[in-house]
Amino acid sequence: MLISLFTTCYNDTLFPETGKAVVRVLERLGHEVEFRSAQTCCGQMHYNTGYVTDALAIMRHFLRVFDGAEAICIPSSSCVAMIRDHYPKMAAESGDAALCHQVDALLPRVFEFSELLVDKLGVTDVGAHYPHTVTLHTPCHALRSLHVREQPIRLLRSVRGLQLVDLPREDECCGFGGTFAIKNADVSVAMLADKIDCIRETKAEVCAATDNSCLMHIGGGLRRQQTGIRCMHLAEILAATAPAAMPGSPAR
Amino acid sequence: MIRVGDAARAPSFPVAARRALGNAQLRRNVRHATEVIRNKRAVVVSEMTDWQDLRDSAHEIKDHVLRHLDFYLEQFEDNCTRAGGRVHWARDADEANRIVIDIIRGHDEREVIKVKTMTSDETRLNVALEAAGIVPYETDLADLIIQLGEDQPSHIVVPALHKNRAEIRELFLRTMKLTALGPEPQDLTNAARTFLREKFLRVKVGFSGANFAIADTGSVCVVESEGNGRMCLTLPRILITLVGVEKIIPAFGDLEVFLQLLPRSATGERMNPYNSIWTGVRGGDGPEEFHVVLLDNGRTIVLADEESRETLDCIRCGACLNACPVYRQTGGHAYGSIYSGPIGAILTPQLQSMQHSTSLPYASSLCGACYEACPVKINIPEILIHLRRRIVEEKGAPLGERLSMKAAALAFADSSRLSIAQKLARAAQWPFKRDGQLSKMPGPLAAWTASRDLPAVPAESFRDWWKRERGKS
Repeated sequence: MLISLFTTCYNDTLFPETGKAVVRVLERLGHEVEFRSAQTCCGQMHYNTGYVTDALAIMRHFLRVFDGAEAICIPSSSCVAMIRDHYPKMAAESGDAALCHQVDALLPRVFEFSELLVDKLGVTDVGAHYPHTVTLHTPCHALRSLHVREQPIRLLRSVRGLQLVDLPREDECCGFGGTFAIKNADVSVAMLADKIDCIRETKAEVCAATDNSCLMHIGGGLRRQQTGIRCMHLAEILAATAPAAMPGSPAR
Repeated sequence: MIRVGDAARAPSFPVAARRALGNAQLRRNVRHATEVIRNKRAVVVSEMTDWQDLRDSAHEIKDHVLRHLDFYLEQFEDNCTRAGGRVHWARDADEANRIVIDIIRGHDEREVIKVKTMTSDETRLNVALEAAGIVPYETDLADLIIQLGEDQPSHIVVPALHKNRAEIRELFLRTMKLTALGPEPQDLTNAARTFLREKFLRVKVGFSGANFAIADTGSVCVVESEGNGRMCLTLPRILITLVGVEKIIPAFGDLEVFLQLLPRSATGERMNPYNSIWTGVRGGDGPEEFHVVLLDNGRTIVLADEESRETLDCIRCGACLNACPVYRQTGGHAYGSIYSGPIGAILTPQLQSMQHSTSLPYASSLCGACYEACPVKINIPEILIHLRRRIVEEKGAPLGERLSMKAAALAFADSSRLSIAQKLARAAQWPFKRDGQLSKMPGPLAAWTASRDLPAVPAESFRDWWKRERGKS
C-alpha cells in the first residue's frame, strides 16, 4: 500500500526521529511511504486557541496537499482528533459545499499511526526488539476522541524484550493542552507533577505515547527534575530492531 | 444589573490559581473530596445499563425546552398560578433581589431561612437583604459553614469542600460560641442541628432555589441530602423560590430521566435522601403563601448564541468539577465565581456577555473529562473553543498572541515559509541551547521553561532529512 505520511509540523521541526521511525516501520512491513513536501500543519493550535479563520486556511492547505492520497498516516493523536472532530464542522460552517465533500472524502483515509497498524493493516507484531521497561501514557485525544487505547498496548506487548508496566491514573491529563501550558503554566505544571508521580511509581525507564506533544511536556518535566526517565514516541520503539540497529534518539 | 456574584471584580484565573496552588491544605482537601465523590459516582453509574441513553434523553429534553422556552415558561406560570402560587419575573439580579425584599417587607418580617439556592449567590441576595435590614440564615450545612466563615463556595454541590472536619470544628466553636465540641461528624452535625432547629421553628419566611420547575403541573422540585431543605420548604408561613429560567422541564414524567442522572452524578447516590416536589399552596399543609421568582440575569443572552446555548442544559450536578484535572488542582475559588470548574468556565463569562471573566475559557487543557462526565452531555470543550474564538474575534486576545498566531499562520500557508521559519528558529536558539535543550527562554516561552525543559530545534528537520535521503522534494 502507498502510505502518505503527515509527520505534523512539530514532529517535522522538533522530533524528526519520529517521522523517520514511522517510515522505517512501514517500509519494513512492505509498504511504500511518500512524503508530500508541501505539507505543513493541521491547524489544531490555531483552532483550539480561537483563531478559527486561520485554522480554516490551514485546513484548506491540508486538503489540497493530501488530495487523492490512499491512506494518510499521522503519528500524533491530537492532530488526528483535530481532523476528525473539527474539519467537518469547519467545512460546514464555511458554507462551501465542495469543501465539505473534500473533508468527507478525506476522513476515512486518515489514520493515527497505531490505528493504521492494528486496525487498517491488521498487524500487531512489527518485528521490533526493545529490551527496556516501558510505561504508556494515553493522550486525552487518543482516549476520549479517537478511542485509541488498546492499539498501542497490543503493539508494545509484541515487542521482544519489552516489559510494559501499567501507568496508574492513565485517564488523567498530563497538563499540556497546547497554549494552556503557557497561558496557565502554574496549573499545567501542577498537573504535570501528578503525572510524573504516577510515572515514577511504575519504575519504568521509558514513557511512551502516540503523541510527542504530551511527551514534550512530560519529558520536559522528567528532564528538569533529572529523573533519568526518557520519553519516546511509540513509533521509535517499534522501529528498534536490534540493540545497535537504531541510532539513539535524543531524550526529551 | 446582570451580575454573577462578584465575578466582575475577580482576579484573572492564572493569578487566582497561583494563589490556590500555594495552599497545601486546600489542595489536599479538594483532592480528597473530589476523589471520594468520583469513586462513588463511578460505581453507581457503572451499574446503569442505559446510562448513555439517559444522557441522550436529558440532552434532547433540555434542547427542546430551550427552543420553546417562552411557551414552557408561560405554561409554568399558568399552572403554578392556578395552584395558588404567585409568579414574578425578574430581568436581572437587582430586580430579583427587590422582588424578594418587597415580599418579606410586605409581611413585616426581618428574618429568612434559606436553602439550596446558588442562584441567590449569583444575585448576591444576602448582601441586598442585609442592606434592607433582613437577616438571612443559610440552613444547608455546607452553606451554613460558608456563611459563618464569611467564606465563598468552592464547589457547585459541595460548597464547603475546601474545608476539612478540623477546620469546621474550629469554625463552629468560634462562631456558635460553644465551650466544647467533639471532633466526630456526629458532634458537628449535632451542633449545627441545635443552631438551626431554633431558626426553623421561629422564622416565618423560607427561601429556596429549585432543581426543576415543571411546566405541565406548575410544580417545583428540590433535591437534597440533609432534610434541612424539607424544613425550609414546609415549616415557614411564606415560601419564596428563585428559579433561573433554564430550570424548566416540560412534564412531570421528565423527572424520571433527571432524577436518575442527577443524584448519581452529583453525590454518587442512587437517589437523593430528600426529594421535595410541591405545587402551589394547600390549606393547612405547608406554607400559606408561595412565590416563584423567574430569573433571566443573562440567560437569554446565552440562549441567543446557538453555538453555546447548551450551556443552559446544566443541572448543577458538579460532576464536571470532580472530573476536571484543573479544578482538582485549584479548587473552586480560583474561578472567581460561584459557578466553578469547567461549567463555570463557560457559564460565568457568557452570563456577563463576555465582558468579564474572559480568562476562564482558557482555564482548561481541553482534555474532555468534563464532557465525558456530564449527565446532560454538554460539550464543554467545544464551547470553550467557541468562547475563545469569540474573544479573538472581539480583539480581546493579547497582542503578542495575535501576532504569533498570525506569523504561524503565514508559515503554515506555504511549506517553503515553514522551512525558513525552522531555519530561523534554529539560528535564534543558539544563545539558549545546552545539551540539545532550552532551559531558560525569554518572552512567553519563559512560562514553559520556568519548570520544564524544551527540546532545541535539531540540526535537521524531517523534511530536510527526507530531501537528502530520498532525493525528492
